Amino acid sequence: MKKLLLCILSLFFVKAIALGQRPGLLTLDQLNARLKKGKDTVFVINFWATWCGPCVKELPDFERLNKEYGDGRVKVLLISVDFISTFRTAVVPFVKKNKLKSEVFLLNEKDQQSYIDKIDPSWSGSLPATLFIKGENRKFKEGEFTYPSLLKEVQTIKTKS
Amino acid sequence: MLILFAFAGGFANAQINTLAPGAAAPEFKLKNVDNKEVSFNSFPQAKGFIVVFTCNTCPVAKAYEQRVIDLNEKFAPLGYPVIAINPNDPDLSEGDSFEKMKERAHSKKYAFPYLYDEGQWATNKYGARSTPHIFVVGKTTSGYVIQYTGAIDNDPEMENPQKTKYVEAAITALQNNARPAVTSTKAIGCGVRRKSS
Repeated sequence: MKKLLLCILSLFFVKAIALGQRPGLLTLDQLNARLKKGKDTVFVINFWATWCGPCVKELPDFERLNKEYGDGRVKVLLISVDFISTFRTAVVPFVKKNKLKSEVFLLNEKDQQSYIDKIDPSWSGSLPATLFIKGENRKFKEGEFTYPSLLKEVQTIKTKS
Repeated sequence: MLILFAFAGGFANAQINTLAPGAAAPEFKLKNVDNKEVSFNSFPQAKGFIVVFTCNTCPVAKAYEQRVIDLNEKFAPLGYPVIAINPNDPDLSEGDSFEKMKERAHSKKYAFPYLYDEGQWATNKYGARSTPHIFVVGKTTSGYVIQYTGAIDNDPEMENPQKTKYVEAAITALQNNARPAVTSTKAIGCGVRRKSS
């Protein structure tokens, strides 16, 4: 009986993953800890918001990257900087509605003056913005991407190290 | 770590060069929502300006709209009026067309100019990056000088009673012939919709 229950539960779990991601909250310390664990991985970290038109427009390209290259060598993290107070009312429904498969987080940091510089000193805070990291190599870019330009950045940082 | 940061800094958007505090504030002559042209010289009595790059469409700009209206109400009588400029290319952002700007200025009863930046000239001169992006300009013996650039305050969600009001602090300093304690800040905002970006 217990086994059956476990079986049903795990089926639900698998189904939840297949339907899309459940976004969580993430601090910068948690993000850095995560990056340290994956030294051989190219991390593509996109900073976006549900209210940012150009961000929403380019999300499918990040999703495509995650789908085609997200085999463990490339990891797409979509980090929303929506107001923390709108996590449940805006971010969670958005992720569900758009069936996002990449990992989605809401940045759990309050002080913009501090966290913007920590993510990259060249970042003005305007959206969208994307950070490419592999080991010690990093490249930050403010502005929009197309799928080819996204792939190019991934290839560049991949071959550099 | 520092080297890494410098390395990364070299790449990012070299074409947008945001004017720093201390730099001369470029003079512009742009069409207002009442079809009249506005420049710094339209305010001969002014001691300086609160130049706000803002727009109709960005939720952050909307969240700050009332604060911009309030800034003008408080500081225009003291010689520091607001001049708002819409930096977005209307071809890329339909809601920021000149007609829509007129509608917004009218419905929200803007008591300050809301300028259409033909060809994004002023936007690029100042290097406005997002909306809202503020430049506090002081009138000095050597011309118009940028005294502060960045956010209005550090509380976009209006939840912190202990917030720091950067623009107010900068103008208060200028009124006392002092340099603002904080001359530059950053803030999350909607990237300016630039042509060819």
